[in-house]
Amino acid sequence: MFRLEPRGERSTFWTYGSPVLAVLLTILTMGAIFAVMGAPPVTAIETFLISPITSVAGLSALAVRAAPLIIIGVGLAFCYRANVWNIGGDGQFTLGAIAGGGLALLFPNEAFWWFYPVVLVTGILGGMAWAAIVAALKLRFNANEILTSLMLVYIAQLVLVWLVTGPWRDPHGFGFPQSAMFSAGATTPMIFSGTTIHLGCLLAPLLAIVLWQVMARSVLGFQLRVVGQAPRAARYAGFSNARLTWIALLVSGGLSGLAGIIEVTGPVGQLTTSITPGYGFTAVIVAFLGRLHPVGVIFAGLLLALSYLGGDAAQINLNLPNAITGIFQGVLLFYLLGADILILYRLKRVNPAAPVTENS
Amino acid sequence: MDSTTPPPTAAPASDPLLILRGIVKQFPGCLANDHVDLTVGRHEIHALLGENGAGKSTLVKIIYGVMKPDAGTITWDGKIVTIANPAQARALGIGMVFQHFSLFEALTVAENIALGLNNPEDRVGLYDRIVDISTRYGLPLDPKRAVHDLSVGERQRIEIVRCLLQNPKLLIMDEPTSVLTPQEVQKLFGTLRRLAAEGCSILYISHKLEEIRALCERATIMRLGKVTAHCIPSEKTARELAELMISAKLKTQNFGARAVSSHAPRLVLDRLTIRSNQPFGTDLKDISFAVAPGEILGIAGIAGNGQTELMEALSGEIPAGSPKNILLDGIEIGHEGPMARRKRGCCALPEERNGHGAVGGMTLSENGFLSANMRGALQRLGLINRKRTRAFAAGVIERFDVRTTGPEAEARSLSGGNLQKFLIGREVVQQPSVLILSQPTWGVDAGAAAAIYEALVALAKGGTAIVIISQDLDEILMLCDRIAVIAAGRISPPVKVMDATIEQIGLLMGGSRHQEPEHVPA
Ligand SMILES: Nc1ncnc2c1ncn2[C@@H]1O[C@H](COP(=O)(O)OP(=O)(O)OP(=O)(O)O)[C@@H](O)[C@H]1O
Ligand SMILES: [Mg+2]
Repeated sequence: MFRLEPRGERSTFWTYGSPVLAVLLTILTMGAIFAVMGAPPVTAIETFLISPITSVAGLSALAVRAAPLIIIGVGLAFCYRANVWNIGGDGQFTLGAIAGGGLALLFPNEAFWWFYPVVLVTGILGGMAWAAIVAALKLRFNANEILTSLMLVYIAQLVLVWLVTGPWRDPHGFGFPQSAMFSAGATTPMIFSGTTIHLGCLLAPLLAIVLWQVMARSVLGFQLRVVGQAPRAARYAGFSNARLTWIALLVSGGLSGLAGIIEVTGPVGQLTTSITPGYGFTAVIVAFLGRLHPVGVIFAGLLLALSYLGGDAAQINLNLPNAITGIFQGVLLFYLLGADILILYRLKRVNPAAPVTENS
Repeated sequence: MDSTTPPPTAAPASDPLLILRGIVKQFPGCLANDHVDLTVGRHEIHALLGENGAGKSTLVKIIYGVMKPDAGTITWDGKIVTIANPAQARALGIGMVFQHFSLFEALTVAENIALGLNNPEDRVGLYDRIVDISTRYGLPLDPKRAVHDLSVGERQRIEIVRCLLQNPKLLIMDEPTSVLTPQEVQKLFGTLRRLAAEGCSILYISHKLEEIRALCERATIMRLGKVTAHCIPSEKTARELAELMISAKLKTQNFGARAVSSHAPRLVLDRLTIRSNQPFGTDLKDISFAVAPGEILGIAGIAGNGQTELMEALSGEIPAGSPKNILLDGIEIGHEGPMARRKRGCCALPEERNGHGAVGGMTLSENGFLSANMRGALQRLGLINRKRTRAFAAGVIERFDVRTTGPEAEARSLSGGNLQKFLIGREVVQQPSVLILSQPTWGVDAGAAAAIYEALVALAKGGTAIVIISQDLDEILMLCDRIAVIAAGRISPPVKVMDATIEQIGLLMGGSRHQEPEHVPA
């Protein structure tokens, strides 16, 4: 029998070992699930995790999928460090897409060099506005941000559906619930010709590095870390909790909005009812798997992006439902939360003959 | 010692309760325990002495199963045991009151105690037993109150009661009296002597040498991780004990009368009335006093009478009702927050180090930055100036002789007294014009306390007005020019220390003393 016993301190080894362990256990479990579903486990895992990235096209698809996850993920990691639990990244993503996308639809004939940046900024402001509601409710009414940010996701989704089925529906779109395509002046540029890699794929790691430096070197980052680790010490030092809560939510909301506008002006190309397969939620896993560290988030973002590609590959090659993606993400989160116990506890073999035992 | 009949089994040699042999504990960059031997007899009150960072806390954490020794054996009750965790230690009959409490702020006293028990059955009737034990041993506690509203002294009672509930055979106390008033200390000693007579051994760590002399039968003295001496404390003077610990001669301290200038006061509190920001806190009522440049004002009082609120009102954590309530060099600052006040030269350090005065998981550099970023000019263009920040922390470490591996050590890796030295130093080197400290020598050894007093006196000589909120009357009487007493959120008019008598102060503390939490009849 095994028992958990407190270590009395945080284990640095397991802080970083836990995500690795969680990934390994997830792969084993996925093998078992594949077997139960009648697919040969080894081939299935190979199809799911390796085959998608064996070609240039696959790698560029990975980058495209990872970009929004990383951009949202670094924002969330920033926010979580301050002990503010924004889980409404998907809603802020959607609002970013609506705000920037709306502007792009309104002015279809503008020059790229000035209009595209304006569209991006509008997207950022849209995401910020959505997160600002969360901040205001939290600070004014002490409303739990987990609940409010989550509920705002569904509102954002419904607003989007209403827009693309109503006022913003493309008149030449044969009645499909989607807007017109964005103009060239409002389209995310490609970076490497011949691939699908766009500006966002470049922006994502850059933003991660910027936020890393902000976190580690700036006074603001320091204040956020203190508020997150020891709120009383932050009060003692005179750091304003309200100000930091606003900043944490506006930064993470703004980044989610940016991811949203890049996604719709890039890979999607228009507003539709399904602009996100739940990037905002997956980014929560990305943030935790990356240990709330921007550099960790880059790796975690790539892995979870792979789970989307793997789901598609499994569907095409093995005739498995692409719900496999969701299962993979869920199992991964499950093991991650489980393995994180090892940071504070160690597994101890209990010898039944030992003189001292506890009734458990 | 007042008792004339020594306990029957005072000689430990015969059948000791606990024997440690060759205990070694290595931390990165620090050998905290270096082949330590320790024997605790039955019925014995045994002192563990040593300067800050000598390795006392580490050793008792090993006994209590919080840490694993790298080498060495533990013999308990005649059998060699490995104590893997505190639950196992408790099951063996070892209880411990930590130097730093491990309480959940959001839970009540009773819930916190229940969490520390090994067996669920123990919880039946827990409420009544808490009230029972706490009254029997003179440790008043209301089981229904939430911990975050309690003062440090009250929190400590929880830890003591929690241990006593388990009928331990060995009770380890790591600096239990640092935050108690003399009366509380006397009560506690009564409790401990009674426990010892009832058959419970006590391993007692303290820097208060007079207490050790009064209470403990034998002492083991540690220095730099090694056991260096054994003695019978009652046969030594406090000074001799201190010299055994630091193996050097102690300087005689004499803070004589300082010329307190009659200049305009630096700090004025004018009818400060504040509602506590805690549900069970003490409101401050009509507090007025003034502190002149170069003056040290001591504020005595029993824990939980508004000290926390006064500290937070002075530091700026709780803003005053009107700007006029607090004047700094004639400027109204009642409305200002901690950062603005610090910029003007008003620095403060609360009693609680962990999570309030310092962030345990951050380095000493970062903890220096926490309060000194403005006055130390440790930031530039919104970025932390790492070089200056490191140099600042290194300077404090050097000047206050903080034993640590360096500015990049995490605050929680420091021994209690060393962290306190660092934090006091952090405020002192900022050269504040007004400095407010709570329990400035909590947990620091005699040598370090002397160094802190010296630094404070030097600061006062330079014109700083200092306010010391302390429950240690001796400290106030030795260090301060004037003394005031806080009771039930009101403050007595300050009197010259030279004119004050202990009786008078005791009367002020007790006379207007507010009601202790009521005990619900069982
Ligand atoms: N977790 C840790 N990591 C690294 N070093 C540590 C750790 N805990 C303690 N130390 C070091 O071990 C030494 C002994 O510490 P310990 O807490 O046992 O001292 P102490 O005798 O209790 O001192 P004090 O009287 O100040 O409480 C100190 O130098 C301290 O810095
Ligand atoms: Mg200690």
